[in-house]
Amino acid sequence: MQDAASTIAIAGVENSSAHVWRERARLIGRNVFPFIVVGAIWEAIAWAGVFPERLFPRLEEVAWTFVELTLNGILPNHAAQTLLRLFSGFVVAGILGVGIGILMGRSRRAEDLLLPIVSIVAPIPGLAYAPLFLLWFGLGNVPAVMLVGVVACFPVIFNTWTGVKAVKEIWVRSAQSMGADDRRLFRHVILPGALPYILTGLRLGLAQAWRILVALEMLVGVNWGLGWLIFGARELLNTDAMLAGIAVIGIIGIVLEKLVFQKIENYTVVRWGMVTA
Amino acid sequence: MQEIEVTDVSLVYDTPAGQVHAVDHASFELKASEFLCLVGPSGCGKSTLLNILAGFLKPSGGEIKIGGKPVNGQGMDRGVVFQDFAQLFPWRTALGNVTFGLEMKGVPKEEREQIALEQLKLVKLEKFANAYPHHLSGGMQQRVAIARALAYNPSVLLMDEPFAALDALTRDDMQRLLAEVWRETRKTVIYVTHNVAEAVYLADRVVVMSPHPGRVKKEVVIDLPRPRDPLSVAFLEYQKQLLQELGEATAKPSARQ
Ligand SMILES: Nc1ncnc2c1ncn2[C@@H]1O[C@H](COP(=O)(O)OP(=O)(O)O)[C@@H](O)[C@H]1O
Ligand SMILES: [Mg+2]
Repeated sequence: MQDAASTIAIAGVENSSAHVWRERARLIGRNVFPFIVVGAIWEAIAWAGVFPERLFPRLEEVAWTFVELTLNGILPNHAAQTLLRLFSGFVVAGILGVGIGILMGRSRRAEDLLLPIVSIVAPIPGLAYAPLFLLWFGLGNVPAVMLVGVVACFPVIFNTWTGVKAVKEIWVRSAQSMGADDRRLFRHVILPGALPYILTGLRLGLAQAWRILVALEMLVGVNWGLGWLIFGARELLNTDAMLAGIAVIGIIGIVLEKLVFQKIENYTVVRWGMVTA
Repeated sequence: MQEIEVTDVSLVYDTPAGQVHAVDHASFELKASEFLCLVGPSGCGKSTLLNILAGFLKPSGGEIKIGGKPVNGQGMDRGVVFQDFAQLFPWRTALGNVTFGLEMKGVPKEEREQIALEQLKLVKLEKFANAYPHHLSGGMQQRVAIARALAYNPSVLLMDEPFAALDALTRDDMQRLLAEVWRETRKTVIYVTHNVAEAVYLADRVVVMSPHPGRVKKEVVIDLPRPRDPLSVAFLEYQKQLLQELGEATAKPSARQ
C-alpha cells in the first residue's frame, strides 16, 4: 500500500535522457517555426517591392544594422538606459502594488477605502496622466520612474489583493493553532499562499511598465532610451534602426519572461504544485 | 482530575435565515490519555464543538477547561487535524510542515528537524520527509498532518473526520496507524466522525450527538481489548448499539430552529 504510493510519487521525477532531448528539440522547433514563417513573409514583401526599400528593409539589412549598432555601443547604451528606468519603476510598482494589495486583502477598512479609488484610476491609460507628471517632476528620470511605478502597480495591486483573499482559511487556522502570531502568519502563510497571484500581478505589471516607458521615451525629448531611438530614427527614415530597436525590446521581453519569471515560478509555485507548469 | 472539562457549552450561529443552535448545552469530560469519539449525523454540531475546543470559535455560553485552565483562543496545548487534505502548506515539504509548530516555538533548526523526523517515523513517512504535499497521496498527507499536530507536543489532539475523504481500504490502514500512534504517544484525543465502526475501533468512550439543536444524547463506553477485531461479535454489538442511538438521534422530530 505504502510502497505503491511511493512508486507513484517517484515515477514522475525519473525520465530517460533520450526522451528529454527529443522533448526539448520538439519544443525548440515549435517555438522557432512561427518566426521562420513570419520572416519568410517579410522577405517576400520586401523583395516584391510593395514599399520603397528604405521604408521596408530586408531582414539581413536589419540584422546588419543590429550588429553594427550593438558593436558601436549605441543599442546597448539605449537599452541599458531603458532597462534602468524599467527596473526602477518596476521596483516601485512591486513595492507599492504588493503593499497596497496585501493591505486591502487583510484589512476590511483599507479595502473599503482603497478599492473605489483603485478601480477608478486603474483603467485610465497611463499616458493620459503622463503630462501631469512631467509638469510636476520635470523631464528626466524621476518622472519616468514615478510614472512607470504608478501605472504598473495596478495589476500588482489587483492580483495581490485577490491572492490574499484566496489564501485558504484552513492554512490560517492551522498556522494559528501551531502558535503563529500575526507577523509570522503574514510571512509564513499569507505571502507564500498568495504568491501564485502576486507573480501573475508582477508579470502583468512588467508588461504595463514596458508599454508606458517606451511611449514616454518617445513623448519626452530626453535623448536616451529605446523609445527615443525608435522615434528618433523615424526622422532620418532609418527603418532598419527602428526595427533593431523593436527587436531589442522583444528580446529583453523574452529574456525577462523565460529567464526571470519562469525560473522563479518553476522554483516556487510550480515546484509546490500550486500552479501547473 | 479531568484533563478536559466541557461544561454546558452552547453556540448559536446568527444567519440571515435566523438563529442556528449548532451546539446546545453540551457537557462531557475526558481523563488524560483518553480517546473520545464524537459521533453524530451530519449537521449535529460536531465540527462546531471541535472548533470551540480548538479556540477558533467562542462559545455563546458555557466553559471549556483543559488541564484546569479555561480555554481562551488557540493554544499550543492542542494539536488540530482537519478533514481537508489542503490543510498542509503546499510550499513546505513534509518535514517543513511538521517543523512549523516547533519553528513558531523558537526551537533551533537542527533540533526541530530531528524531532520532526521522529514524528514522520511515527506515521511511517520518514522516507518522504523532503517531498512536497502535492506529491503525496491523500492518506499520506493526512499522516503528515497528524505528525505536524503532534510535533510540538501538545497534550490534546483534536481531529475532525481526518479520514472521511479517504477510500475505505486506506481508511482502515489509517485507523490502525492512528491506534498505534495513540498507544505510543498517549495523547488525550477528541476525534469527530460520523462513522460508527471507526468510533468503536478507536474510542475508549463515544459521545453520541443529536441535531437541531446539537445536543449530547448519550455516552457509550467501549470496553474492548486492543487491538480490536472489527469482525468480533462484541465489536458488532457495540456498532449496533451506536447505530440504534444514532437512528433515534436522526429520527427525532427536529425542533424548530
Ligand atoms: N459558519 C456557520 N454559519 C451558520 N451556520 C453554520 C455555520 N457552520 C455550521 N453551521 C450550522 O450549524 C450546524 C452544525 O454544523 P457543524 O458543526 O458543521 O456540524 P457537523 O460537523 O456535525 O456536520 C449545521 O446546521 C450547520 O448548517
Ligand atoms: Mg463536520
